[in-house]
Amino acid sequence: MTLRPDLAAIAAHVAPGSRVLDIGCGDGALMAELESASGCDARGMELDGELVERCVSRGLSVVQGDANLDLANYPDKAFDYAILSQTLQTATRPDLILDELLRVGRRAFVSFPNFAHWRTRAALMFGGRMPVTRALPVSWYETQNIHHVTVEDFRDLARAKGATIERAWFFANETQIGAPAANWRAEFAVFELSR
Amino acid sequence: MGLPQFASLMNAAPATLVYAIPDPLPLDSGQVLEGAQIAYETYGTLAADKGNAVLVCHALTGDQYLASPHPITGKPGWWERMVGPGKPIDTGRHFVICANVIGSCMGSTGPASPDPGTPDSAPYAMRFPVITIRDMVRGLVALLDGLGIERLHAVVGGSMGGMQALSLAANWPTRAARVLVIASTARHSAQNIAFHEVGRQAIMADPAWAQGDYYAADAKPDNGLAVARMAAHITYLSEAGLTEKFGRRLQDREAKGFGFDAEFQVESYLRYQGSGFTRRFDANSYLYITRAMDYFDIAEEHGGKLATAFAGASARFCLVSFDTDWLYPTAESRHIVHALNAAGAKVSFVELSAPHGHDSFLLEHEQLDRVVKGFVE
Repeated sequence: MTLRPDLAAIAAHVAPGSRVLDIGCGDGALMAELESASGCDARGMELDGELVERCVSRGLSVVQGDANLDLANYPDKAFDYAILSQTLQTATRPDLILDELLRVGRRAFVSFPNFAHWRTRAALMFGGRMPVTRALPVSWYETQNIHHVTVEDFRDLARAKGATIERAWFFANETQIGAPAANWRAEFAVFELSR
Repeated sequence: MGLPQFASLMNAAPATLVYAIPDPLPLDSGQVLEGAQIAYETYGTLAADKGNAVLVCHALTGDQYLASPHPITGKPGWWERMVGPGKPIDTGRHFVICANVIGSCMGSTGPASPDPGTPDSAPYAMRFPVITIRDMVRGLVALLDGLGIERLHAVVGGSMGGMQALSLAANWPTRAARVLVIASTARHSAQNIAFHEVGRQAIMADPAWAQGDYYAADAKPDNGLAVARMAAHITYLSEAGLTEKFGRRLQDREAKGFGFDAEFQVESYLRYQGSGFTRRFDANSYLYITRAMDYFDIAEEHGGKLATAFAGASARFCLVSFDTDWLYPTAESRHIVHALNAAGAKVSFVELSAPHGHDSFLLEHEQLDRVVKGFVE
């Protein structure tokens, strides 16, 4: 099975045998990869009951829950890694979620669509309407993305939270690209943080 | 099995197996149950290493006839759609055990059983000690000891069965590798206790109850027991489910009769449920088992903190709730999930959508089947 590029980057950099919490784990693709390929102890949280049912049916440990509310019950540093893939921009308070990630995990991986990608900028600049792009395919009134964020915004938030950016990966057109001018060129970003 | 304690129960239930617990069973009340026996059924074959055993725990009025016909009603086993060859709990792979809980009336020791402490071995009636869910599980653990099963592949239960599964996980944490709890709770709420008290008072208000000493009498407290069942049955269903099934439709009549017969279909249905129940259940057992459920509070047993009950648990847990279950609502399952997360246990949880309230766990539900299969496999 082919993982989404941001998930593949995360999977490649989680240390084997780690304890991992995947928040917004979807159908469990990353968890399954981490358990089978890296021998990780992976747990998941997902809001959508049908996706949870699919995860449990395939033998994964996934809790139906809301990242905005249900992270509070996990003890400090319960996991080696807390992963939040393409969920940050849907959170009620992304800053509080980031705090929780860095509390329950020794390290955190966060991936998100970059709102400052040149296509998005161009769509807004020349179209004058909320961008509908390959990376952000849903119109403004239906999208779950309520807190759009850019690469530079995220760096600012990490700094404000006292988090250290350990590594970062950027993607455009399903392919990894270099860090220079990532805020223009990247459709998606993945950050590895510690605190 | 060749063990001398095993024998067939000859009276009520010809097919059932009976295990005589060799040691006195200590109870939470401080009392001891001497010479207790556990009636049980098994399905499938126990592997040579005894590692494929699945214990299914039954609900308040359930019994050991999980996947085989009930000897009194002749109806199919209560979870036959879930347990059998090729079914979600696959008896082709697993050795499935279902035992009647102590306090009940289908062959395990309960208030209707002979009291060895009386000269004529009269039924215990209200001399039977008040038991708890943990006491029921003590009986089940004794049975597992008798069968030589150290660690269950899984323990599974819905409603009161889920309470037993949780109690086993909290008090005998090495005895099960997987714990599946469906439509259940870690404690009985005031509302739960209140409904049970209505049922108990209905039984005790029946003159035929006679302080519990009715076993030799012609009349049994069937009226009281039927009312108890009717009240409880409402709590197992959802308002939308009742409306869909019965609405305000009248039973076998065109117009209201201005009397007190069962004029509405829903009345007729409840009366039928109530009277059918009295044919297969003992009123005193109903008193004792509802009391055991009311006493249930796992946190209280573990210093007031539910997470403490599951500290160091190595089992995998799975909790399932139903969105229309108002008897043991989703919040109760979530409460358990939070405690298991705090304890670092490996836990899954899903709220399934179903129209039929608490009873949904017994009914056709494809998503439930997939979750059970995926978790127990």
